[in-house]
Amino acid sequence: MKKLRKRVFMAAGYNTISLGSGRKEFNPKKPRPGLEDYIKEAGQGTLKLVGGAGNVDEGVIGNFMASKFNNQGNLAALIPFIDEGLKWKPSCRVEGACCSGGLALVTAIKSVLAETADTVLTMGVEVQNTVKAVYGADILAGAGWYKERKTGHAYFFPGKFSDRAGEYFRKYGLERTRKAMARWYRNAVENARLVPTAQEFHNTQEDLEATAMCKPNPRSFVENLTVYDCSKVSDGAAAIAVMSEEGLKKAGIAEKDAVEVMGFGQVEADLTAAPADLARLDTTAEAVKRALESAGITAADLGTVECHDCFTITGVLSVEAIGLAAQGEGADFVSAGHTARDGKIPFNTTGGLVGWGHPTGASGVRQAITIWEQLTGKAGKWQVEIPENRPYALSISMGGNDRTVVAIVYRRAA
Amino acid sequence: MNYAERLENVTVLGASGKMGSGILLLTALEMADLSLKPENKDRQFVLNAVDVSDKALDGLMKYLKVQVQKAAEKKVVQLRKVYENNADLVDNKDIVDRYVSDVCALVRPTIVLESAYSSGLVFEAVIENPALKIKLLSQINKNSTLNKNGADAPWFFTNTSSIPVHELDEKAGLGGRLLGVHFYNPPAIQKLVELIRAASTKDELVEFALAYAKNLKKIVVPSNDFAGFIGNGHFMRDALHGISEAEHLSKEMPFVEAVYTVNRATQDFLLRPMGIFQLIDYVGLDVCQYIMSVMSERFPGEDIHSPLLDKLIAAGVKGGQFSDGSQKDGFFKYEKNRPAALYDPETKQYAPVSSFQAACDARMGPLPQPPLSWKTAIKHPKKEAALEEFFGKLAGMETPGAVLAKRCGERSREIGLKLVSDKVAQSEADVNTVLLSGFYHAYGPINNYFKRELVK
Repeated sequence: MKKLRKRVFMAAGYNTISLGSGRKEFNPKKPRPGLEDYIKEAGQGTLKLVGGAGNVDEGVIGNFMASKFNNQGNLAALIPFIDEGLKWKPSCRVEGACCSGGLALVTAIKSVLAETADTVLTMGVEVQNTVKAVYGADILAGAGWYKERKTGHAYFFPGKFSDRAGEYFRKYGLERTRKAMARWYRNAVENARLVPTAQEFHNTQEDLEATAMCKPNPRSFVENLTVYDCSKVSDGAAAIAVMSEEGLKKAGIAEKDAVEVMGFGQVEADLTAAPADLARLDTTAEAVKRALESAGITAADLGTVECHDCFTITGVLSVEAIGLAAQGEGADFVSAGHTARDGKIPFNTTGGLVGWGHPTGASGVRQAITIWEQLTGKAGKWQVEIPENRPYALSISMGGNDRTVVAIVYRRAA
Repeated sequence: MNYAERLENVTVLGASGKMGSGILLLTALEMADLSLKPENKDRQFVLNAVDVSDKALDGLMKYLKVQVQKAAEKKVVQLRKVYENNADLVDNKDIVDRYVSDVCALVRPTIVLESAYSSGLVFEAVIENPALKIKLLSQINKNSTLNKNGADAPWFFTNTSSIPVHELDEKAGLGGRLLGVHFYNPPAIQKLVELIRAASTKDELVEFALAYAKNLKKIVVPSNDFAGFIGNGHFMRDALHGISEAEHLSKEMPFVEAVYTVNRATQDFLLRPMGIFQLIDYVGLDVCQYIMSVMSERFPGEDIHSPLLDKLIAAGVKGGQFSDGSQKDGFFKYEKNRPAALYDPETKQYAPVSSFQAACDARMGPLPQPPLSWKTAIKHPKKEAALEEFFGKLAGMETPGAVLAKRCGERSREIGLKLVSDKVAQSEADVNTVLLSGFYHAYGPINNYFKRELVK
């Protein structure tokens, strides 16, 4: 893919907390904020930073399954609920399972490129604690092909990624991989403990790796994963402004406070087709390849990555899909600490899906916010060092079993 | 009759009581799982839930539905396999809903005792009244439509917690077709089942009961056939000791303070889930009185009777639980299921615990340090060492609270040992298992913490 025909920026990110088990304020028996409350909080957070609704031209919101979790459709019409000033602004809702947030970002980027907007209020939301996990699994299974639901596992997606983990164990060694998955969990929680909005912010468990090394129990869950290998059930929303140079100027945001989109890759694979190789994320690999090409860089230029670690094994597979380690070597790369916050290339510095939380439709947008914070020095306690010779960052948002993928390359705008 | 045949037609008597409802739930799940096996597809499974009130049975069915749904949600991974050939059941929700309706469809709530006449297994869980139990058992046996001399003669399980099984068997004329299968409250949660066979009990009943308890994932402890068995054999004597300590203390302090002090000593100093008076409330003062009277008649040399309980029950103070599981007022008055006030038999009023708690606590003296509670003890990764340390400290303390607690610990140990020497329990380990898994204690009563020479 060619270089973008116009400069596109992102700034003014805002995350709500990721609410769910692990947060002290979470009580499944007590009433909690609803979908519209999350949308309003995140939207207003971003509006404040762009100088109000008057500076917004369009709105886009990523969401996966509000129609089932909250019995709510027509989410685009909740954008004007954020602020009266958004009434009659063009808005849409996009859905691509857990890549819905990623799709919201590219939809906004395309609006700026198409010059229909200078500032797009770009959001993601999901409120999933409305049902027990056993029924949430039914809803989330919608990210796969429905005709496979009957033969699939009760916990459909953990089942799919358990199969991937099993294949990876078989090819490259069980102990080696479990060790890497446990290290991934430790990194995720250690990062999340620094971030007040993260779901694992209150986690005080000692010896995280030993905890995560417990044995999977296929009688009550899946064969190759434990609960520590899975992102949790989360409620949350995220918002960021996707802007042109004019948009930045209007909002009075300096380029140093924004990131620039250097390139992106948006890839779709057939929902009904089985993955060619369970131990490989080939759709993710293709999306990353296109994003890096369009930015004109290689993986060696990346200073930090936000990957879609819906499961710890997906983190390991992502390292390989990006090309940071050869196939079968991703586990050792992770175990060596290269993806930790003080490692060669810090991954998921606010905890990722496992640590920060995974309100599915919001995750893609939340990743862009983490990168914006890191590249512009706004990450506070969770700031990592971005090497001068590797100023680029990459985000990967993945929907379903490596079916819908958006990868974006960023750098600080000035 | 094989295992599945024996469970094809079952009756639970007293099905809406707190023990009966749990037994019904567990049995319904076991029967449903059998009925869903391909080899049993032609069998018709029936579970009669017999009780005296339609209203209570209505409540039972609501309880059952909620509990079965919870069970189904927990085992949804296995249930998907069970229903794999039902193309219409796709989502977990479809599967859970079907399982709930399949289990509930087995259960026939009824106030008609005659329903039990065609059952191969009758599980008796009515109140602890020997005459009533004998009447029901013998009536069903007499009128059973099954061949009483054949291999398919009806079998009877009794959930009695105190009445010797051989007495029930003889008086109801069951000819060895009765076995004591004593669940603990609540049956769906507590792991323990005491198995009590009379000398006449047929081996086949025991074999069947062991298989049944194993499928229900219960811990089985055999108890010999003496009134009270192991569980109540310990609890009633332990309760009487607590009562006598309180009566003794009440000579130097108001009654409510004495009860509070003994309750706290047995809970916080002995690391038990609840103090002895709260446990009496939980079981019910009237149930305790019943069990004591059954035991008292059968241990004529021993004083198993409490005039204090008689007095409170006469005043209408009974404890026990409401059908939703919440606690009724007994020695204590409960707010949100926590003890908040104590009953004074003189004034017939409850006095708020907060009005004397601080003074009582100060009088008792501090707890051993470092602190340990029942809740932390049961989950402690190094439980033995933690208990050793806590009770080691307690042994060296001479404060009134510590001295009282040590006497109670010592008495509990003595009762446990006597159950073994009297041949009620077959081993010390069995006594400890009963207290650990039926009463949820953190340690067994027969231990080294309260040996007389250590306690002085």
